Amino acid sequence: MNLFTEAIDWIFSAERFQGYNPLGLRLGEHLWFTFLSLLLAAAIAIPLGYLIGHTGKGRNLAVGISGAARALPSFGLIVLLVLIVGVTRAPAAAVISFVLLAIPSILAGAYSGLEAIDRRVIDSARAMGMTEWQILWKVEIPLGLPLLIGGLRSGALQIVATATLAAYIGLGGLGIYIFEGLPLRDYPQMLGSAILIAALALLLDALFAILQQFVVPRGVTAGRVRDDRATSTRRRAVAGTPAE
Amino acid sequence: MIEFRSVSKQFPDGTLAVDDFSLVMPSRKTTVLVGSSGSGKTTILRMINRMVDPTGGAVLIDDEDISGLEPVALRRRIGYVMQNGGLLPHFKVVDNIATVPVLTGVPRGAAREQALTLMDTVGLDRSLADRYPSQLSGGQQQRVGVARGLAANPNILLMDEPFGAVDPIVRAELQQETIRLQRELDKTVVFVTHDIDEAFLLGDQVVILEKGGRIAQVGSPTEILADPASEFVADFIGADRGKRALSIRRTERGAILVDSEGRAAGVLVDGGPTA
Amino acid sequence: MNWVWNNLDLIGELTLEHIRLSIPPILLGFLISIPLGFLAYRFKLTRGLLLTVAGLLYTIPSLALFVILPPIIGVSYLSEVNITIALTIYAVAIMARSVADALGSVDPAVRQSATAVGFSSWRRFWQVEFPLAGPVILAGLRVASVSTVSLVTVGIFIGIESLGYLFTNGLQRRIFAEVLTGVVMTVIVALLIDAILVLIGRLLMPWTNPGTRRSANRTATQLPLAQGGGAR
Repeated sequence: MNLFTEAIDWIFSAERFQGYNPLGLRLGEHLWFTFLSLLLAAAIAIPLGYLIGHTGKGRNLAVGISGAARALPSFGLIVLLVLIVGVTRAPAAAVISFVLLAIPSILAGAYSGLEAIDRRVIDSARAMGMTEWQILWKVEIPLGLPLLIGGLRSGALQIVATATLAAYIGLGGLGIYIFEGLPLRDYPQMLGSAILIAALALLLDALFAILQQFVVPRGVTAGRVRDDRATSTRRRAVAGTPAE
Repeated sequence: MIEFRSVSKQFPDGTLAVDDFSLVMPSRKTTVLVGSSGSGKTTILRMINRMVDPTGGAVLIDDEDISGLEPVALRRRIGYVMQNGGLLPHFKVVDNIATVPVLTGVPRGAAREQALTLMDTVGLDRSLADRYPSQLSGGQQQRVGVARGLAANPNILLMDEPFGAVDPIVRAELQQETIRLQRELDKTVVFVTHDIDEAFLLGDQVVILEKGGRIAQVGSPTEILADPASEFVADFIGADRGKRALSIRRTERGAILVDSEGRAAGVLVDGGPTA
Repeated sequence: MNWVWNNLDLIGELTLEHIRLSIPPILLGFLISIPLGFLAYRFKLTRGLLLTVAGLLYTIPSLALFVILPPIIGVSYLSEVNITIALTIYAVAIMARSVADALGSVDPAVRQSATAVGFSSWRRFWQVEFPLAGPVILAGLRVASVSTVSLVTVGIFIGIESLGYLFTNGLQRRIFAEVLTGVVMTVIVALLIDAILVLIGRLLMPWTNPGTRRSANRTATQLPLAQGGGAR
């Protein structure tokens, strides 16, 4: 446990807040790349996911692509993109790979959120005279929001993890301390930054978990006990973000 | 008045759900479509508000061909009640009922006020207004569904097996309620069910359907019971068996009616209702 | 493409090494998840606790876990045991949940009828509940195995050689074909192991073969997708 004390000392030493490698900057970089990529991925994946979920078309293709995407080694993808766009534009390559890696989770969250809605609810909304837009905005989006947030949550964690690796190609971020520590065998530094990275991921996960609870429509929580019995297996299977 | 003129519906997968169906559903009467699954009864119902478009023939409402009407606008002036109400789980009861008026631009306050009145009409306590559908019993949900169907004050009310999912006691209660409502509100009601007893109870005009929407017989309950048009109809309504095949048995104390099993089903009285 | 022809030996060697590193975490993860998943399914208290801990562990990025784990388990961070244990933790985090969900999805009527005809609870678990939960458990296993294969590459940063070597080496030498080979081979290994798992599933659970699948199939296709996460 001695190592952990040293790691904590490393985190709180005065050097962390000054010099060429200040913690604030690295944390800022990590967060900036995470949110930027998440935003870009969401801008692509949410409309696409809603289109698939609303029309029911293209689902198999989405499942296939998402399945294949999981097999992609994220660091390999970054390096591949770096070599394609050029080493001088490494940050762009990193962001593209973050976006590509986050899209499958968000896409799945968006369309499975719509798919999990009782067909009769949508049928009756249409029968009442809602336009397709109204069905989407008033019924499908609110009811599908918890699963969408779940998808964003997985996507964000994926990016945080991959951004750690991207320090290797000079992106900055918190991973840089690990890669600097490795050749020097400076274990306190590596451990200290690893703890920070883990804490960042856990914090982000917790924020999304809270948000996810928050967006469950009132009427759905109100009847949760009854609801669960009818749909529990399916809903859990769909909602199964690993961190819950 | 709703009129079907040789209407057919073939689904993209090739099944012919409805084949050459013609019928007039008179205004301010209840028409019940009854048949087993696959008889096309729900498809026929859903052609009235263009949830399903026919592949042949025409559907007319008050002599106007509805294929020329905008589906969304058409649906907003036709009430629709389905099994389990199909209520929006994230809307409170009052907002569920007010959905259509709000869609058509009625201010929310006025729409809610009207929704509360409708809750009285369908026999729901106003204290339930702020509940969510999942907090209601099945029977209460169904009443909300009916209130919602009535919210835009439509002339036509479509009811798709609305009481299929509630227990027999609640169903009987809702059926009586439907009869009362119809007396008060005087709508053109089209009701779909697979339950012949429900059809005879509610229908002014009962349409018995065979596979593919073929009409086996149309008429009032009395006409159908008195003179089943075919073996199929007789069998479907159970005219030759069970509790509907009543016969008179004279006993020392007077005449009683017995069913086909010989169980006492009622007594013979003079001057029953004339109908 | 020249690079590939000139380095077939290296590629083959690294691929075998990659497979060798991937299999222990998948197997260990599977074996550990069954009792844990059962505990999570059977007792409400352990369910909350286990699934929360699993969720939190899964949240930790892989490189960070590779660094944090060694002092806790008392091995060097350069040791192969380190990444085997770290990847086993991820696999358990994924699979314990799917085992619990899978057991929960067994029709209660089947469970009761098994009890009624006289199965003891031990035999009922192994002969009725576990096999019926099989398809959903298999789905979880497939997610865990694909994710494990891609995570093995991260080991290269702490000196564990696998196909990940082609990424760092390819970057240094700026050989596109080398990096692409690494990515493609990783995906192929993942798909290969996945195909083997599907095949084993078909052999052990003939009642789930295509054509007879229903709800289990639906859950099985959705589960891997929504679980997100891949290489961290």
